[in-house]
Amino acid sequence: MASTLGAALSGIATQSHAAVPYPVEKKALKIGFVPISCAAPLIMAQAKGYFQDEGITVELRKTPGWALIRDNLLNGSFDASHLLSPMPLALSAGAGHTPHPVRAVTMQNINGQAITLALKHRERRDPRDWKGMTFAIPFEFSMHNLMLRAYLAHYGLDPDHDVTLRVTAPPEMVANLRAGNIDGFLGPEPFNQRAVINEIGFLHILTAEIWDGHPCCALGMTEEFIAENPNTYAAVQRAMIRAAAFMHKMENRLEAAQILSKPEYLNHSELVIRQGLTGHYADGLGNVKNNLHRAEFSPFPYYSSGVWMMEQMQRWGYIPRSVDSRNIVEQVFLLPDVRRQATALALADLPSPENTNYPDFQVLGVPFTASTYPSTQGTKP
Amino acid sequence: MMSRADHLKGVVLSLILALILLFSWQYLTESNSIQSHDISAENREYEILMGHTQATQQPDHNFPSPRQFALEAWQELKAPFHNTSTNDRGIGWQLGASLYRVIIGYGLAVLVAVPLGLLLGQQPILRAALNPFIQILRPISPLAWMPIALYTIKNAEECGIFVIFICSVWPILLNTSFGVSRLRKEWLDVAKTLELGWARRLWLIILPASAPTIVTGMRVGLGIAWLAIIAAEMLVGSSGIGYFVWNQWNNLSISNVILAVLLIGITGMILDTTFAALQRRVSYAE
Repeated sequence: MASTLGAALSGIATQSHAAVPYPVEKKALKIGFVPISCAAPLIMAQAKGYFQDEGITVELRKTPGWALIRDNLLNGSFDASHLLSPMPLALSAGAGHTPHPVRAVTMQNINGQAITLALKHRERRDPRDWKGMTFAIPFEFSMHNLMLRAYLAHYGLDPDHDVTLRVTAPPEMVANLRAGNIDGFLGPEPFNQRAVINEIGFLHILTAEIWDGHPCCALGMTEEFIAENPNTYAAVQRAMIRAAAFMHKMENRLEAAQILSKPEYLNHSELVIRQGLTGHYADGLGNVKNNLHRAEFSPFPYYSSGVWMMEQMQRWGYIPRSVDSRNIVEQVFLLPDVRRQATALALADLPSPENTNYPDFQVLGVPFTASTYPSTQGTKP
Repeated sequence: MMSRADHLKGVVLSLILALILLFSWQYLTESNSIQSHDISAENREYEILMGHTQATQQPDHNFPSPRQFALEAWQELKAPFHNTSTNDRGIGWQLGASLYRVIIGYGLAVLVAVPLGLLLGQQPILRAALNPFIQILRPISPLAWMPIALYTIKNAEECGIFVIFICSVWPILLNTSFGVSRLRKEWLDVAKTLELGWARRLWLIILPASAPTIVTGMRVGLGIAWLAIIAAEMLVGSSGIGYFVWNQWNNLSISNVILAVLLIGITGMILDTTFAALQRRVSYAE
């Protein structure tokens, strides 16, 4: 695959995005998405005409759940899809089924999630007191699940025995919080802010405060599709990078909130979406807060974040310990292609990428250094 | 038969019931629609972010009142066939998409179940052999079929049709075979005496004689198909009235969910009424 990609991308450096260097193999694409703010880059790529600039017509398919997204991507109903970033890793490693090689074409968003608690727990802010509580998560192979587990474990709770974690679709998280069936959730926007505005919950902590800079959602394709349509893959990747640059710029967030609120996209009030995107928000406890890191956008799928996801999935028994994390991550996260395309596009609004493929980061103040993380088989060239 | 006067009384009574329902809805929702919250209200910016301003009006935190419902339902109903994109179509389109799926899936079920039922009705051994399978497959909920269907059929649209098929096929099959097996022996003996061929025997005796039970089965099957499609579309999405419910639920727009629920009920009633009429036409007194 690497050689076809190399051939497809070799001419990129001299081309601007307006002129398509190689004809795309497939002009009309179906791309799935789940209506949450994480899909902002994908929706912008469509609404701002970035896909069109690449000579492709995209039909965005709003999809009710992650299991359906997965099935539609694997069976070819979708050519590409919005995915939770651990999904391509879990699918490629074969967690719970036969391995199915899926690739993260770009990351979509950074941070942007939160732990929302029911208002009755406003005095119960120490996670050590959360034994016996029930939390909702959107999917098992999600940053939401992995981060909630890491957060609880950091405070000495066993997420498998001390609390109940329930896979729930985000709108039902809000309804269940109101009904008292769950005590809180780690969910995507706009549903955390929605719980605040409906006066049933408050924002306990933003995921930006747990791990500032964590990726959340990705755009995925099957390896098969990329191999058969290398130019289409490159075109989609370019459009997504331009969309990430658009979303990265704070001045564009209000316009983005307006677009996202439309019925064909998130179908949600602009007031709610805006607070999640700008980081100027009501916390549900009577305070106005400002956190410029609440939602960020970057297309680069750094390997170290992937290794963290793999390690967490192994920690909680989703993936056997014998799986070589670094090897899987370097196959699944198409970081070199994203770097190459970003360099060629030379977008002023896109922050320059990290020098290393394994940038260090901190989760709850604990440094994670993936570059020293052992690889059992060594890195493939 | 009911007299005209009794019929009129029934209509008046159901109108009164509807009014009582409407008034209690109004009473229960209006009385608590302005709920005070225990958060300090000094901070104006906070109030704006919470949506508590004149300009953005009170957000609907509670169950909508009939008035709010009527206003929002009108927004949806005045353009039932708008088509902004595949993800934003009017409620008329959605209803049409659901009916289309039901017609295909249910049509297939009738095409399979009626001939098979006629066969099973005349072949007691075959019926006994297939009965355990039918009894196991029959009570399976449409939602339980969904993952298997998605995994094997690999196409969300066909999955919806399959689920309707698999749920509506059993009542039609069972009723048809029951109706045929219960035929009076004398009638078949007459056919034998007259030396009728199998086609004429089927057309002149078996079908008309078992028609009431077959139509009853078809009526039950259609009811189940209509139940199943809503559930399936909520899971599979992309279009249909079930998708509309899910999409409005996503937006936590209770008014539109109520509207969809009412439309589902009314459509179901219309479908059932047509079959009730058909049932009256094929029924006979022995």
